[in-house]
Amino acid sequence: MAAAPLLAIRDLTVQFRVDTGWVTAIEGVSIDIGEGDCVGVVGESGSGKSVTALSILRLHDRAATRIPTGSITFRGQDLLRSSGRALRRIRGSEIAMIFQDPMSSLNPVLTISDQIAETLAQHQNMSGTAARQRAVELLDLVRIPDARRRAGDYPHQLSGGMRQRVMVAMAIACRPRLLIADEPTTALDVTIQAQILELLRELRRELGMSVMLISHDLGVIAEFADSVIVMYAGRVVEQAPVTELFRRPVHPYTIGLMAAVPKLDGDATRLSAIPGRVPGPQEDIRGCRFAPRCGFVLDRCLQATPPIELAGALHSVRCPPQVLALGNING
Amino acid sequence: MVDAPIVEVRGLKKTFMVRHAGGMSQLNALDDVNFDVMPGETLGLVGESGSGKSTAGRILVGLIPATAGSVALFGRHITGRDGMAALRAVRPRLQFVFQDPYAALNPRMRVGNSVAEPLEIGGKLSRRDRSDRVAELFELVGLPKISTDRYPHEFSGGQRQRIVIARSLALNPDFIVCDEPVSALDVSMQDQIVNLLLDLQDRFGLSYLFIAHDLAVVRIISTRVAVMYAGSIVETAPKKHIYAAPQHPYTKALLDAVPRPDPAFVRAPAISGEVPSLLDPPKGCRFHPRCPLVMDRCRSEIPRLTASGKDRQVACHLFAKGS
Amino acid sequence: MTDVSLDAIASGASLAPPQRGRALRRMFSHRSFLIGFVIIAVLSLAAIFAPLLTSLDPSAMKVRLRFRSPTADFFFGTDMFGRDIFTRVLYGARVSLFVGLAVSLISGFCGAVIGVVAAQFRKLDAPIMRLMDALMSFPAILLALGIAAALGPRVSSVIAALTVAYVPAGVRIVRAAALVVREMDYVQAARLAGASSLRIIVRHILPNCFSPLLVHLTFIFAYAILAEAALSFLGVGVQPPLASWGNIIAEGRDYATEAWWVMLFPGVAISLAALGMNLLGDALRDVLDPRLKGGD
Repeated sequence: MAAAPLLAIRDLTVQFRVDTGWVTAIEGVSIDIGEGDCVGVVGESGSGKSVTALSILRLHDRAATRIPTGSITFRGQDLLRSSGRALRRIRGSEIAMIFQDPMSSLNPVLTISDQIAETLAQHQNMSGTAARQRAVELLDLVRIPDARRRAGDYPHQLSGGMRQRVMVAMAIACRPRLLIADEPTTALDVTIQAQILELLRELRRELGMSVMLISHDLGVIAEFADSVIVMYAGRVVEQAPVTELFRRPVHPYTIGLMAAVPKLDGDATRLSAIPGRVPGPQEDIRGCRFAPRCGFVLDRCLQATPPIELAGALHSVRCPPQVLALGNING
Repeated sequence: MVDAPIVEVRGLKKTFMVRHAGGMSQLNALDDVNFDVMPGETLGLVGESGSGKSTAGRILVGLIPATAGSVALFGRHITGRDGMAALRAVRPRLQFVFQDPYAALNPRMRVGNSVAEPLEIGGKLSRRDRSDRVAELFELVGLPKISTDRYPHEFSGGQRQRIVIARSLALNPDFIVCDEPVSALDVSMQDQIVNLLLDLQDRFGLSYLFIAHDLAVVRIISTRVAVMYAGSIVETAPKKHIYAAPQHPYTKALLDAVPRPDPAFVRAPAISGEVPSLLDPPKGCRFHPRCPLVMDRCRSEIPRLTASGKDRQVACHLFAKGS
Repeated sequence: MTDVSLDAIASGASLAPPQRGRALRRMFSHRSFLIGFVIIAVLSLAAIFAPLLTSLDPSAMKVRLRFRSPTADFFFGTDMFGRDIFTRVLYGARVSLFVGLAVSLISGFCGAVIGVVAAQFRKLDAPIMRLMDALMSFPAILLALGIAAALGPRVSSVIAALTVAYVPAGVRIVRAAALVVREMDYVQAARLAGASSLRIIVRHILPNCFSPLLVHLTFIFAYAILAEAALSFLGVGVQPPLASWGNIIAEGRDYATEAWWVMLFPGVAISLAALGMNLLGDALRDVLDPRLKGGD
């Protein structure tokens, strides 16, 4: 259990340049992903979850991004200080990523077989027939019916669910150690989402890979993740194993979020909303970024960034103990 | 004390001609759609992509013409011969809230003017009165009056949706079609907007057709729910029954597929297959290729929507008499 | 009701302060824009204040002063008739810049009207676009040449000819933008409120086609100046003694080796004007495009 994690993000801060200067997109983010783990990162828009994911593979626009502090260590190698060549070697073969919108991730003028073969040629030196054969095998693996025939299809001939399966096939082509899935099912119908989640679960078991699943949907996170990271406005506010988090959420934002999610059962006639809105990255808020909306806010929350406290084994939260005590009395 | 329905849809059919590689084809977006909306209620119209729910909503307010069938609003038929005149007559009583708050407001117009536009076109109020009314509407939806001078890009998604709702209330409508009004918003914004819609309904006695794919949100706001699949309605029932005891296999599959925010919950396995192509839909029941309870009859005969309980209807051979 | 007012406080309080003038600030911090703007401003001011910058008469012929090379008295030298080139270039700026402005504004206006009509009224779309295609199949210069020759050589002919030549490009741009805008939800909302086609065109479609059109017009301005020079050079444009940059070059053509300054300075002026407008156009495109969606 003391083995080094597969991926260790420590104290990562990422800033983007806009016309008025630099804005901080994420601040002080620390996430560990062990071998075979599945970590869910949950947050609303503006939480910085996608920025974190893209930073792992340095997929941002170099000219407009700067990383003043932090490190991202993958199997002992610091990705932030790696050369472009080293990163390209890792991307696609050791760390793979799938995105929300498969249509913009797939090249419309190449057949799906060609696109999968491209990854194979790049990382595994497979050529021609061997690559095409393997591509069909992969399409089978992701349960695309009639894979041999469909391999010659173009992306626009496939439905959304199928395209996402192709994305998954491309991602696992080289048996990556870590799969980063950024809202992979958000754009899909709920019945298709269920199929894709099942597929990801099975593949994870078969290939023994770690998964970092990013979603705004608490249900998807609950179903899929082993441990959960909750992000708000660029910071990690709570981390815990999944059962613990849902049983005993501690951060006022997490509590509010869980209360706000509409439930399929129960007799609610109104939704319990968190008042206010998520602050944009340019908005300069001293202290806790959730304070303007927090029901338990104290003076200290407005003065300094709240420290990380332990709320149980493997359960940490960025909130002062005094506020947590209030939450526990009422929650 | 039976009120007349505000909306009566019978046999609604809509086809689009689409051009593609092989030539022109007919896309059957809606086929034999029947439903009612009663005064003061919210009918939740639920379905996945390709179900036709948005198309139905737009036909209802006259944005798209129907191909066949009848749509009656407040007792007047907007389809058929005098449809245009009828639509013009009932138009002030209808409204539509769009899904994408970013596309629903003219980026070059101040939001106050956008909200005032229906009033301007109506032509009955003076400039002073219009401006008062706009301020009133902004207050109703929870936005500060001073923001009427701003442009849409200065607001967040949730705030823009409030502006869209304010605009829809300008002429005091009786019936509002809400087309996925919260799908593009974060959870906390979603809740605020849904609560706002509920408050407005209480206050003004509005009726809604609430189109959505998120079953949990629909549950909060609807009185009755209609489930659509590939262009037709497969089940209609009061909210309680749809969630507690769904009848149609698709409704069951849909409910089963929704992930719950509870790690201990084990979901039933997902059904296989995908929504069929509307260019070449399956014969018989459009759901039969994916249905776990499919029978021979389903492959050749289209099931019609028939009564299956108190205030319930379902389009499935499992419930047909003598099966 | 309590929930709504709580939300009001919360959502209202977090409305960012108004961002007036943000677009302008953005533009002026863009390097291309600044350079282009300065160039065009200098040229325009020189044209407007020509009488203050030179006391000489652009048409005054002084045979004794023929072919003076550039000196302190005559900044750009004199031509074959002893006329001061500096003065002629300044007065010529008035004509050339005016032609550029008139052609871009008029062709832009016509292009916008025709383009929006084509986009909004399906039945007129095909005939209009076929007509535009026919016009575009002529090289602009040849088309303008023909029209100008037919109308007689003067400034107004040049403007008319170039306008006709450049209208189709404007129509294309506006029609493309209008087709996109037409499908936007806010146009549907206006239809729902009972807006007439005219209202939709004027209040919704045209204002949202403005950005791509504006960028396009800066390039038309540059093309027009170059084309006017070409037409005048060929003899069908502005006639001397009225100066335009094109006809100064034309007159200096025969004396290229002895009096190179007659061709050089108006040529430099044309290049600067075209460059300035191109820089402005590039900068505008950068600033305006990503902001079309706006916010969040």
